[in-house]
Amino acid sequence: MTESPLDLTRRGPRLLGGGGGGQGRAVALSTASTVVVVAVIAALFLLAPGSAQVRHTFFSPPDLWHSLIGDPAKGYYSIGVAIWLNIRMFLVAEVFILVFALILAIIRQSSGPVLLPLRVLALLYVDIFRGVPTILVIYAVGFGLPALDLSVVSTQGPAVYGVIALILSYSAYVCEVYRAGINAVPLAQASAARSVGLTQAQSMRYVILPQGIRTIIPALLNDFISLQKDTALVSVLGSIEANRAAEIYSATVFNYSSYVVAAALFLLLTIPLARFTDHLIARDRARRLAGAGR
Amino acid sequence: MSIPLSPYRGSSPNSPAAVELRQVRKSYGSNEVLRGIDLTVASHEVICLIGASGSGKSTLLRCVNLLEPVTAGSILLSGAEITAPGVNADVVRRHIGIVFQSFNLFPHMTVLRNITLGPVKALKMPRAEADQLARDLLGRFGLADRAGEYPDRLSGGQQQRVAMIRALAMSPRLMLFDEVTSALDPDLVAEVLDVIRELASSGMTMLLATHEMGFARDVASRVAFLADGEIVELAPPADLFGNPQQERTQRFLRRVTDAGRL
Repeated sequence: MTESPLDLTRRGPRLLGGGGGGQGRAVALSTASTVVVVAVIAALFLLAPGSAQVRHTFFSPPDLWHSLIGDPAKGYYSIGVAIWLNIRMFLVAEVFILVFALILAIIRQSSGPVLLPLRVLALLYVDIFRGVPTILVIYAVGFGLPALDLSVVSTQGPAVYGVIALILSYSAYVCEVYRAGINAVPLAQASAARSVGLTQAQSMRYVILPQGIRTIIPALLNDFISLQKDTALVSVLGSIEANRAAEIYSATVFNYSSYVVAAALFLLLTIPLARFTDHLIARDRARRLAGAGR
Repeated sequence: MSIPLSPYRGSSPNSPAAVELRQVRKSYGSNEVLRGIDLTVASHEVICLIGASGSGKSTLLRCVNLLEPVTAGSILLSGAEITAPGVNADVVRRHIGIVFQSFNLFPHMTVLRNITLGPVKALKMPRAEADQLARDLLGRFGLADRAGEYPDRLSGGQQQRVAMIRALAMSPRLMLFDEVTSALDPDLVAEVLDVIRELASSGMTMLLATHEMGFARDVASRVAFLADGEIVELAPPADLFGNPQQERTQRFLRRVTDAGRL
């Protein structure tokens, strides 16, 4: 390795950024080091012995384009259209998860002997569906419900079963996120709510949940980023979503560029949500810093 | 009914006491915090509870408005036993206001919504009527311009006054104050104590746990000294502060005086 001029000006790590005047140089330094790292990785990729083969198999421009727009006459589907199914599955699942998980969380947080059987059921539910891999839940629902041979339950398409499985699986996680939020609200808030005559349900509805949910929005969004990706698992049931479309393309044309297209489309979905989550976290932090000043 | 006769039965000797505690006990596990409290509060009476931290003052107040279930004994509100099985605690609490040391305002609601939440949801008061009530109370306590603010925009003294208004908006028969000035900067204590004084002079029945001895002497009809979960001495403030009968009371007051708090 040659020593770059950057190394000569480097200083030891400093806590919380440098002193006065160092801001501009720090930005220049970090930009330069980023460029160097990216350049090294790119060089390694391009100079590797199998580089040409990999570029042809994964990054062939015509294949990238054809798999994106699809051609039914040649036996493969458009990934650009197929991702729309992922988006729809995500949106539908998300709404049901938010509601179902909240019901589970409230049951788990309830007190009193009357609700004990429900509490036990909710606990079992969460334990089971957090413990079983999502893909197994998809198999169980996707092949189990049709096999029951019932009138409505057994005659749905694979995407519907996939969404049901995702709802079942993710509700268990999101239930625990809700519970974390509920527990983060100080007990004194419940005391205050009850002291003005509110019932336990009213206290939950008007005082505890509005505060608890605010604190868990970043965690919820994080789970939804994960859910967006996991819609790809529904491909195992045969519905033509992005991952399945990419699979069909590669099996038809014998080129893996279609997977890169699918990956890029998933990134297009998840990155904005990730940035939005960061934005909310930063805003919340700024607000708390402002509040601590008083 | 066999209510033990008390010299302080208020103006009308035939009406039941505002609150009556009979042999109230409260334990957390093996830790007995209240060890048989007997206390009768007449209507319009102001009783101050004094005593060291951990003597049971706060627990006593939380038991009276049923935020904590009593372990044994009974509590009567206007002659009706509220600790009896089957009593709806939510209904009882509508009649008893409590103000906490740490304000406990709802941070996600404006001052106005903090105040109207109880009347609208628990008393089913029409929103417009509740808003008017809240604005009237805010005006009465010098906070008329704060109705639209969120609690974290207010000073500690203002937050505590809002917390009092929130309790008063329920038109309680009894107000409980749990060391309401302990979390305040010294320069904000007076504005909060003034509110309590005004309530006292308007005839509100009150039970206050406080470390403000001078204030207790001013405002209380009687002062109860608690130690180790018992009422050691209960007397009008002139007697309790001027001529304490019990050795434990004398010792406590001496410590308070030495600390410059009396």
